[in-house]
Amino acid sequence: MRASLLAPLLALSMLAGCATPALRGTGDLGVVIERATGSVQILDTTHRSSLAKVEGLGDLSHASISYARDERYAYVFGRDGGLTKVDILRQRIERRIIQGGNSIGGAISPDGTLVAVANYEPGGVKVFDANDLSLVADIPAVGANGKRSKVVGLVDAPGHRFVFSLYDAGEIWVADMHDPKQPVLHKFVDIGEEPYDGMITSDGRYYAAGLFGEDGVALLDLWNLDAGVKRALVEFGRHGEKLPVYKMPHLEGWAATGNQVVLPAVGQHEVIIADQNTWKEIARIPVAGQAVFAVARPDGRQVWINFAFPDNDTVQVLDLPSRSIVKTLKPGKGVLHLEFSPRGEQVWLSVRDENRIEIYDPDSFARIGTLPAESPSGIFFTSRAHRIGL
Amino acid sequence: MIATTSTPIQADTSHLSQERKHELIRLVRQDCGSCHGMKLTGGLGPALTPQALKDKPAAALISTILQGRPGTPMPPWNNFISESEAGWIVDSLQTGFPDAR
Repeated sequence: MRASLLAPLLALSMLAGCATPALRGTGDLGVVIERATGSVQILDTTHRSSLAKVEGLGDLSHASISYARDERYAYVFGRDGGLTKVDILRQRIERRIIQGGNSIGGAISPDGTLVAVANYEPGGVKVFDANDLSLVADIPAVGANGKRSKVVGLVDAPGHRFVFSLYDAGEIWVADMHDPKQPVLHKFVDIGEEPYDGMITSDGRYYAAGLFGEDGVALLDLWNLDAGVKRALVEFGRHGEKLPVYKMPHLEGWAATGNQVVLPAVGQHEVIIADQNTWKEIARIPVAGQAVFAVARPDGRQVWINFAFPDNDTVQVLDLPSRSIVKTLKPGKGVLHLEFSPRGEQVWLSVRDENRIEIYDPDSFARIGTLPAESPSGIFFTSRAHRIGL
Repeated sequence: MIATTSTPIQADTSHLSQERKHELIRLVRQDCGSCHGMKLTGGLGPALTPQALKDKPAAALISTILQGRPGTPMPPWNNFISESEAGWIVDSLQTGFPDAR
């Protein structure tokens, strides 16, 4: 009698035990995009391991991620206009919508309540409730020329704002989201031709859009919108010999180290070190190819750089105090992205054509780990949740 | 004198090895894909689907691949791709591009 009553109880408690995994935080976790298969892996930087693969995220051939402020949910912005909210603790898709035809990236509001997506098609920004992904606001990007424009370089900014650039129209818009359903737009026109990406400095003060059609960057001081958009770093452009550009540089990875910014020079085998306050060039460093990402170690001492085709098998390390390349690595074909652990004792590289993630010690440059991944691209650690502009 | 029916230019691809074709498929999907989308449905650059390319003359597309399009981000690829290889790529794009795997 007693045994037959106990058995189902025991089974129940065992079930409950299985359904409640050990408590853990997410501060040492991250996500890597597997671009060819529409999947992501959940990564653990403490054990240098992969915890799970989550599938069904659509076309991730270009994708990026913003994190909820609790570092539990990853919002994945996919090429096909998909917006997927991944629960990295439960290792599953929490919610997924197709919000546009073709998107390039997104951002999360400083208070974590709004997720914004930049769309190429139809050109504009859509803003969603971070909780249930319901549409809150739709901002069509119709420029002063009356035409709908692709949107690039969308970031969050202090003051409950989103900032983004209109590629076709050559404009920068600041959207004040204090009333989420009625964004107040501040538009800056004639900022330069073909802004192809934008970034915000880590203090949230300057928004810079890289220009493809002209030399230099379009610079907006978010502390003083009345001053308007100014042109800076014209030497950053392609004046002189214009080499063909095989991949647009990404500006999100521009290494802002407190008082210096390291920028990939468009179409040239150089990076530029600039003063972050005056936005004047300090030095120009020859590198192995056309830089795509220039990512600073969290201590700002060195910057790791990867390159466009055909030099995308190479990674170089720029030492800022000596302004010299101190290491050249060949991790394998198709190094697409790199990400430092929060305090910089590890750097993770996605090596697309080798179907591997490589983990390096940034001090000794020794390879300290390798993980299989299918055509890996962007690697995003949860510490991004607390950085302005990511 | 002027042909009334357009005949697609058949690139001579008989010399293209299977291995080289695989390299080209990878190049188009991955590297062209960084602007045109890995599924070639467009991105910063236009879509390269059969539907999008159906009214475009093959010779012009081949020229775009090899020489690029000045004034746009499209770079010339003639350092990496021969004319006959560009012809094979255009033909494949117009009829439905093979998958990478």
